[in-house]
This record gives sequence, structure tokens and C-alpha cells, in this order.
Amino acid sequence: MGRTMAEKVWDAHVVHRAEGEPDLLYIDMHLIHEVTSPQAFEGLRQAGRPVRRPDLTLATEDHNVPTLHIDQPIADPTSRKQVETLRANCAEFGIRLYPMGDAEQGIVHVVGPQRGLTQPGMTIVCGDSHTSTHGAFGALAFGIGTSEVEHVLATQTLPLRPFKTMAITVTGELPHGVSSKDLILAVIAKIGTGGGQGYVLEYRGEAIRALSMEARMTICNMSIEAGARAGMIAPDQTTFDYIRGREHAPTGADWDAAVERWQGLVTDDDAVFDAEVVIDGSALTPFVTWGTNPGQGAPLSASVPDPESFADEGERQAAQRALAYMDLAAGTLLRDIRVDTVFLGSCTNGRIEDLRAAADVLRGRRIDPNVRMLVVPGSMRVKVQAEREGLDKVFTDFGAEWRSAGCSMCLGMNPDQLTPGERCASTSNRNFEGRQGKGGRTHLVSPVVAAATAVRGTLSAPADLDPQPALVG
Amino acid sequence: MKAFSTHTGVGIPLRRSNVDTDQIIPAVYLKRISRTGFEDGLFAAWRADPAFVLNDEAYRAGSVLVAGPDFGTGSSREHAVWALMDYGIRVVISPRFADIFRGNAGKGGLLAAQVTPDDDELLLKWLENHPGDSVSVDLAEQRITCGPLSVAFQIDPYTKWRLLEGLDDIALTLRHADSITQFEATRSALLPTVGASAA
Ligand code: SF4
Repeated sequence: MGRTMAEKVWDAHVVHRAEGEPDLLYIDMHLIHEVTSPQAFEGLRQAGRPVRRPDLTLATEDHNVPTLHIDQPIADPTSRKQVETLRANCAEFGIRLYPMGDAEQGIVHVVGPQRGLTQPGMTIVCGDSHTSTHGAFGALAFGIGTSEVEHVLATQTLPLRPFKTMAITVTGELPHGVSSKDLILAVIAKIGTGGGQGYVLEYRGEAIRALSMEARMTICNMSIEAGARAGMIAPDQTTFDYIRGREHAPTGADWDAAVERWQGLVTDDDAVFDAEVVIDGSALTPFVTWGTNPGQGAPLSASVPDPESFADEGERQAAQRALAYMDLAAGTLLRDIRVDTVFLGSCTNGRIEDLRAAADVLRGRRIDPNVRMLVVPGSMRVKVQAEREGLDKVFTDFGAEWRSAGCSMCLGMNPDQLTPGERCASTSNRNFEGRQGKGGRTHLVSPVVAAATAVRGTLSAPADLDPQPALVG
Repeated sequence: MKAFSTHTGVGIPLRRSNVDTDQIIPAVYLKRISRTGFEDGLFAAWRADPAFVLNDEAYRAGSVLVAGPDFGTGSSREHAVWALMDYGIRVVISPRFADIFRGNAGKGGLLAAQVTPDDDELLLKWLENHPGDSVSVDLAEQRITCGPLSVAFQIDPYTKWRLLEGLDDIALTLRHADSITQFEATRSALLPTVGASAA
């Protein structure tokens, strides 16, 4: 019987297998950041163990870093301590680090792919649940806990129990104005935040094949919001074109050999998935969340649902709690929901294509006077590229704030936070209570919906806007 | 991880059931970057009460905690085990442990000894009536002795073996170090490396 892509990658990394024991898998790349690594390093020190493969380990500062005044020391003592600890640990154990201010610094899941470190068929881990992002290249990539971080540092392996596989097939062509963010939000609303539990998801079908690499990363990124540990997309010409020429990509004859190997990774025709879901991509429209988990979403054209309309008792109660927290009344048109803040950024939607898409909407327009908009590139490279294209000017002319790279308001560990009761349209991935700041209210949206929302002040799609004024100059 | 064979220390009678991990160590202590020094967070809320057992001079230096059923429920934080061990606890005795806590304990080198509800009650009573008495725990024999009492305890064979050998997860994996080295020799040379830091 044929094998799925996930099974092929798994099988190729088994170091040790024995009856009744988890498989011991080799890890090709270990990404680390300041929040989940300090205790792992301390564990190594206590046990007198070295890092086995510093050359397969890369660190970046992202969760805590401020996005303003990055040339100055971090003001918050806890944040500063975490960042300083990472620097000391990397120096002690010989690990390459991209610190705040470095041209390569950025969110760990933006940095790996942009340097060509994320390649098909690899196993990639990081002490961060959105490691699933890297699966867009046909890598098996997932988040791990702190004691697992220590385990990988010490052994470059992880003991793992096998997972099940789920195919998510998206048929047809996404309509104009519908992005991969809308698609993944619709997938999560359909299968639920627990629907992917125990599975590795493989996204396939026409609509997926037509997506750019960056759009594919957005989809795999949010696999975790569907409960799955990993999401994958088969490598194809789009993948190869993206990797080719990047610092860590193979070159010359090595390149051809690598591509040939990558082409063999795709799921066999006769492979059987443990579960399958089919979605009609051509029927999708812009999608946003109204509640406090990523599964509580609806098309932007809909209204806030009535909790009574949920058949399941648990879902009904969750919806009631969510509406109370979000201060929303059932039946309100989503388009009528007024926001205070718009956040464009994160490892979900902080790449150059996301910034370009938003800038295209904003060009020649002015921000709603009651809205503040934060644009935070996912990495310093994205920032530099955007500035080269003049996107920073588009954002600042529009009235948005242009910042330096980091996780920023995605989780509010740095000063970029919502205040209690503040409502935000955010291109990030989690709308949990207080995620973006204590008492803050989050609506997850795509980059173009974020942009249109900043223009009108209420949740909106570009199609809701008056025609763009003729661009002068 | 230190191997565990036998341990003798003052017994602490904690007559409470459903001691959840938020009670063992409250969330505010999780922001720290260290892996040790969590003893001040152990039972932080309860220790504010002068009548709490650990505030009794006779029990303060105890190392064998005897609790009611369902010890270690709630969040999966590994810090709960760290806090107990940092305080000096080497053995927790209870008629029933939460699964994740039991797993974390085994990984961290803390012995979670499961006894029958009747034996638990006998141990609690004895320690309450004889403050400062010692409890001896023999892992190989799976036996607890305290004053005139001698009771058996349960532990799964795998965890018992690991504790006796002092093998943490990493040590277990490193028994396959040769396989890892062999695997590394077969890895494609095309796979990327980041290069070590200059430091
Ligand atoms: S941007 Fe948000 S989701 Fe992504 S790594 Fe940072 S905190 Fe996590």
C-alpha cells in the first residue's frame, strides 16, 4: 500500500524503533526563541550535557522584542531578562542567534523559510506551536514543550508516537478577494478547534496548488488552531522556485539532486488517509471570527450567531460566554462591528505578500479617524523589502504606524497590547480572551480585510470600499 | 536524574484530596526563566495560613508527603514536580494520582507511590499523632514503613525501572547514541546547516 507524504517523511527519520516504544525520530532543524528555551538550557547545564548539533540549531529573538526604539535596551525587566538569557545561552552553547536589530532577526517561522532553511522532507521543531508553518514546504514540522526542547538540544532526536493522517482537499478556484487566511478560517470553523487532534493535516487540491508559498504558509501556520500538531502541503514547482537561490538552498548539481528527491515525497496515489474533508474553494468568501476561539468564525457577510442556534450544549455555552466577553449581540451584522485597532503582522500574515496586499487596498486612502493601525513586518528582511518597494510610505501616508519586526501584538508580550475592552481586527492566529492584552477583544481577519477595516472603521472587505481615488504621482 | 532506591525522611500529613497543580504552584511562578528555586512557590496560597501543615515546625523539614486522593490534577505544568523537589520532597504518597502528574513525576525523579485508601488513612493518622516521625520508602520492595506500619505501594514497572536506574528521558535516548551517530552518517549532505555561532 502507498504511503502519505507525512508517513514518508516520518519513516525517513526513524533512528530507533522497538515494539511498545515510541519511535525515535531525527530532527533536521531546531529553531529556538527566548520564551521556551531558558529552562531547557538550564537542564543541560545541570546534567553537564552539551548541545549535540549546534549547526542544526538556530535562535532568534521575537516574542518579547519591542517594535519601537529597538536600538535601546528593552524596558520591561522580564522581557529583557529572557532575551539576555537567550544571548548568554547561545554564546555558551555555540548556537547562532539573530538578535534584536540584526538584519536577519524576525519571527522564528518567518526567518527559517526566508533563509532557505526550511526545505521539503525535513523534520523541523521549535518550542512554539506555530512551527506547523514550515509544513507548507512538505516538511514535517511541529511545536514542542520545554522538556522536549532540552531533549532535542541534547540528542537531536525526539521519541514520538505515530499520528493519524487527514486529507483536506480544497477544490475549485478561490474567488477574487478571497485569501488563504479566509480559507483556513473556514476550514477551522468547519472541522472545529479539536477536529485535527491527533492528525497531521495534508492540504491538497486545485485551490491549494494555485497558492503562492507565502499563502500556503498562512494555511499550515493555523493547523494548530484546528487542533492538529502539523499541516503539510506537497512540494511542487512553486515550492522549488521559492527555495532556489536562498542562502541555504543547494546549488548546481546538488540542486537537481535535491529537487528529484523532493519530488518523490508526495503522497502516493494509492495511499489511504485516516480521514478526509472536502471543501469547495470556489464557494468561499472573506471570513472573520466573532468569538474567542478560532473556530468561532463566519463569512463577513453574515451576522453574529445566536447561541441558541447551536445544537451542541457545549458550543452553545461557549458561544454565550464568547458574546459576553466580546460584548456583541446576536444578530449584529459583522460588517457593523466597529474596531479600535487594526493589527497587520504575525507569523500568520506578516510576510511581504501580506503587506503588499494590504498596501494595495490602502494606497491613496485615509485611515478612519477612530482607528489606530499597527503594521509589524514578520522579519527585518520583510521590513527592508517593504521599504524598498515604498510600502512603508503607503502605510504611514494612510495613517498607520510602521514598526520593526517581532511577534508584537499577536500575543502582547512586548508593549504592543490592547487595553481592556479595546476591539481589534487582527491578522494573527488566536482570538483567545486577553491574548492581545488583558481584556482586549480580537477578530481574526485576512490582510485585505484588515486594511479595508482600517479605512471604514468597521469590519469590511475591499469590495465594501468606495472606488480608490485616482492615484496621484 | 538521581537514581532512587530507598529514602527515609520526615512524613508530612496533607489531609486534602484533589490537590491540583495550581495549588502546588500558582501560575504567577511560571514566568521565571530558571528550573530550580521553585520551593517558595510550593503550596504558596496555603502556606499563608499559619495552621497549614508545612508551617508546623515538626513537619517543616519533611521529605515524604502523604496526601489524600487525586493528587496533581489540573494543568500539566512540569513546575509542580520541580516545586515539590526543590522544597525537598522525594516521595508523594496518595491513593490516586492524576495521569499527567504521575508521568511528570517519573520524568523528574519524584516517586509517586500509590497506596490503598485504607493504608493512606493509617499513614495520615499516624503522622498526625506522631509529628516529626520518619517514613521509609523502599522502591525495589515497593514498601513503606512508618512507626509500626508497613504497607505496600503500587508503581508501574517501567517508571520503577527508570527511577531505580536514574534514567531521565534524555538518558534513555542516549542509550541509543550509537544509532543516532549511525543515522547521522547516512543523512544527505544536501540538508542545510546553519553553521555554529562565532562566539
Ligand atoms: S507571531 Fe504570534 S503565533 Fe507567531 S510565533 Fe509569534 S507569538 Fe507565536
